Amino acid sequence: MNQAIRSAWVVAMGMFALVLGSLTFVQFFQAEELTENPWNSRQLYQEFGRQRGAILVDGRAVAESVPSNDQFNYQRVYEEPELYAHLTGYYSLSLGSTQLEDAQSEILSGTDSSLFYDRVVRLFSGVDAQGANVELTIDPEIQQLAYDLIPDGQRGSIVVMEPSTGNILAMVSKPTYDPNLLAGHDTAVIAENAAALSEQPGLSIYTNPATESLVSPGSVFKLIDAAAAVESGRYDAESEIPNPPALEFPGIQYTLPNFVTGGCASRTTADLEFALEQSCNTAFANIALDLGEAAIQEQAAKFGFGEELAIPTRVIASTFPSDLTEPELAQSAVGQFDTLVTPLQMAMVSAAIANDGEQMKPQLIKSVRAADLELIESPQPEVLRQSVSQETANQLTDWMVNVVDNGTATGAQVPGVAVAGKTGTAEFSETGDNAWFTGFAPADDPQVAISIVMENVDIPTGQQLTSPSAKRLIEAVLNR
Amino acid sequence: MSDVLTAPRSRRTVEFFLLLLALAVAVCANYLAGIGREEALGDYFWSQAITLSAMSLLIHLILRFRAKYADPVILPIVVALNGIGLAMIHRLDLSAAQINPDFTPVAPQQVLWTAVAIGAAAVLLILLRDHRILRRFTYISLIVSAILLLLPLTPLGLEINGARIWISVGFGTFQPGEIAKITLAVFFAGYLSTNRDLILLAGKKIGPLQLPRFRDLAPMGAAWLVSIGVLIFQRDLGSSILFFGLFMVMIYIATSRVSWVLIGLAMIAVGVFVALELFSHVALRFDSWINAFAPEVYDRAPGGSAQVVQGLFGLANGGLMGTGLGAGRPDLVTYSNSDMIIAALGEELGLIGVVAIVMLYVLLVSRGIRAALGTKDGFGKLLACGLSFTIALQCFVVIGGITRLIPLTGLTTPFMSAGGSSLLANWLIVALILLISETARRPAPTTPMKDSFLEPLGVNGKPVKKKSTKEVSR
Repeated sequence: MNQAIRSAWVVAMGMFALVLGSLTFVQFFQAEELTENPWNSRQLYQEFGRQRGAILVDGRAVAESVPSNDQFNYQRVYEEPELYAHLTGYYSLSLGSTQLEDAQSEILSGTDSSLFYDRVVRLFSGVDAQGANVELTIDPEIQQLAYDLIPDGQRGSIVVMEPSTGNILAMVSKPTYDPNLLAGHDTAVIAENAAALSEQPGLSIYTNPATESLVSPGSVFKLIDAAAAVESGRYDAESEIPNPPALEFPGIQYTLPNFVTGGCASRTTADLEFALEQSCNTAFANIALDLGEAAIQEQAAKFGFGEELAIPTRVIASTFPSDLTEPELAQSAVGQFDTLVTPLQMAMVSAAIANDGEQMKPQLIKSVRAADLELIESPQPEVLRQSVSQETANQLTDWMVNVVDNGTATGAQVPGVAVAGKTGTAEFSETGDNAWFTGFAPADDPQVAISIVMENVDIPTGQQLTSPSAKRLIEAVLNR
Repeated sequence: MSDVLTAPRSRRTVEFFLLLLALAVAVCANYLAGIGREEALGDYFWSQAITLSAMSLLIHLILRFRAKYADPVILPIVVALNGIGLAMIHRLDLSAAQINPDFTPVAPQQVLWTAVAIGAAAVLLILLRDHRILRRFTYISLIVSAILLLLPLTPLGLEINGARIWISVGFGTFQPGEIAKITLAVFFAGYLSTNRDLILLAGKKIGPLQLPRFRDLAPMGAAWLVSIGVLIFQRDLGSSILFFGLFMVMIYIATSRVSWVLIGLAMIAVGVFVALELFSHVALRFDSWINAFAPEVYDRAPGGSAQVVQGLFGLANGGLMGTGLGAGRPDLVTYSNSDMIIAALGEELGLIGVVAIVMLYVLLVSRGIRAALGTKDGFGKLLACGLSFTIALQCFVVIGGITRLIPLTGLTTPFMSAGGSSLLANWLIVALILLISETARRPAPTTPMKDSFLEPLGVNGKPVKKKSTKEVSR
């Protein structure tokens, strides 16, 4: 009988050995594969269970994590959600995260390498891991003003930045949305809200229009033509450029006209000052045809075209087309055809001209602070490149001041301040036009560079919504 | 019948210190489970610490006076397992309460059950004194088993999650099947120890296999019927496997015949085949074992694989070192405080912790089987080995199911899972094994004994009738 009992023991031990083997298999050899399984929500719970840092504007949180009584422990809450939606993005259980929530995720969640020391201290002090806070360069008053300057229902973007540092003071776009709708902990509700938002015309919850939508620049692109012309050394303030009412091309039906009701018709040749002042298409088309595609392209690249940026959110590359026929080049040079820019790109062009030709990298982050407010990092102004020489910048500035004083942008005049600017209208026959303003002030000591674009508007409305808005913004920044 | 001799030493002091160690593990685990989530050293902490300490010291004292040669390792192991289980149940309560403030905590009830179970074990130790008395109740045990197994099918019974194995007992539910495990073991030990010679000697020999006589297959047939009956009428695959394993191992030990095991395995195969064909719940479990990671199987209700897959995620999250008590998310697994408690422990204590727990079971089973080897009576050998093997089988079925080694069946992890009946039954088993180990280790009497056997027992387990007073007086 004892022999049988010993056999029973061997069988029992065999069963235990099998169980230990399978535990080892699951917990050691298979662990990584199981952890990465899409059904495994533990990583998500772990990430969402941490106290994520806040996104601050002038010391006030516009996005923060507050304790919640559900299994995630914390709920992301957005203050003034519509005003900051395109900057903060959202931090969503089922949709992932976007914009700053995405770009600064490691800092906000406390896993960034710059927070390593902090984590070690926490490990030993037993305090729960906490993310760092991100303070933005945004000025809440300017942000609010810019927001109010885009009428509800109007699709448009406004970017306000400091030319000398690249700091972004305001960046708003409409239509906007409430990220709180996507930050809840009920995935069914999130899906429902996302579906409802996707039906809003002109709104994409995934992108920030100021940095991730490409629009036709129209005549504001002429700043780049003018810069190319002066930089080439073949044009100066005295150069007389042919300015016919319309530019014809041999062999095809296409003609490029000047704006019919504008002042261009008064002269058949124009100097650069007049051509900018009245925004004469044929004069700039002639410059482009004279300098060639490569020269325009090179100057565009010097202003940042063709390059993605992380500010730290993503800025997509603005484009100037290549391999162009003459009519295409003529069109592209006046900001039509396949010339496409982000609203931020045009602010960067003005800012570079304002900053003596030196282009600063746009920056949204003022500082990163640990949960105990200790300063971890504050990005320093960063020079991207010399877009134009100082002389060219000064020359362009004079011409741009003239545009505001005597030309198409008189609505942007601010009493006692020299404002430099350029308007633009990109024409689309079916959907209306894009109305632009870009410029800076004061011309002699630039404090602010602005880019405003209103999409799909008729021309009078566009003029109302651009230059006068620029005036209000310049006044607001200068009176801070 | 051979026996294994052990030096006759009491070892109660060793038990005492091991018990202190076990209590330290249990109380510390409970403290860690609540840290940062509730008031430190709150009401529950003290109720767990005091109940477990007082009750286990009570058993220790009873052993000192009534069974001082009992195995010194068994009690500390069981106290540690019980304590770690309580800590994990409490820790899962805290998570559940965080999500649903109206949640009724399970752990206080489990502490109550612990007190009841250890108390019952103490009563059994005092009343029984010697396990051989049970042999008298061989056939009564059979009747009691039948009644216990039929109880859930009466109007008293409750059906929970498709299985009809509970009865309502006023303050809660009870699984009579857990107690039936013990009474059936008593019946089989009694029956087989009495009739083994008959069973062994009769029968044809074909090749190396000595086939049993058909009529001697009767107990095997009864066992098979009970198991299949439990499966059909109560829809409880786990208990069914457990009963059948218990019978198989006891028949094997009684006869030492591999042929019986083969017959048993053949009967299991038939049973499994029939169950797969007839019962959708068995077929579904089988399917969600094989195809656990198929999307349509994962989300299927009922019988989906989400539970086992989530359990695997938990184990994987624990990895080698574990997340630490209270730092994982074992609450994401359904039934994490009962059927899936090993997944919860594996997540928070890691592979290292869960292996340590399995090693405790290994030790417990080994000590039980050691008692079976040491005791001199066949009844005790059968009972101790059968009950110990049941614990091993139960661990295998539970942990194997959780790690997807075999299909998942709803069984409790002995001493750890939330559930009073299982805890009570397992503590009674421990009391029995302790008593058997006492007879195994007790020194052989050197002087004529007066009281170690209450009554001399006959071959059929009934006491030998005393000679008439007339004869004595003559």
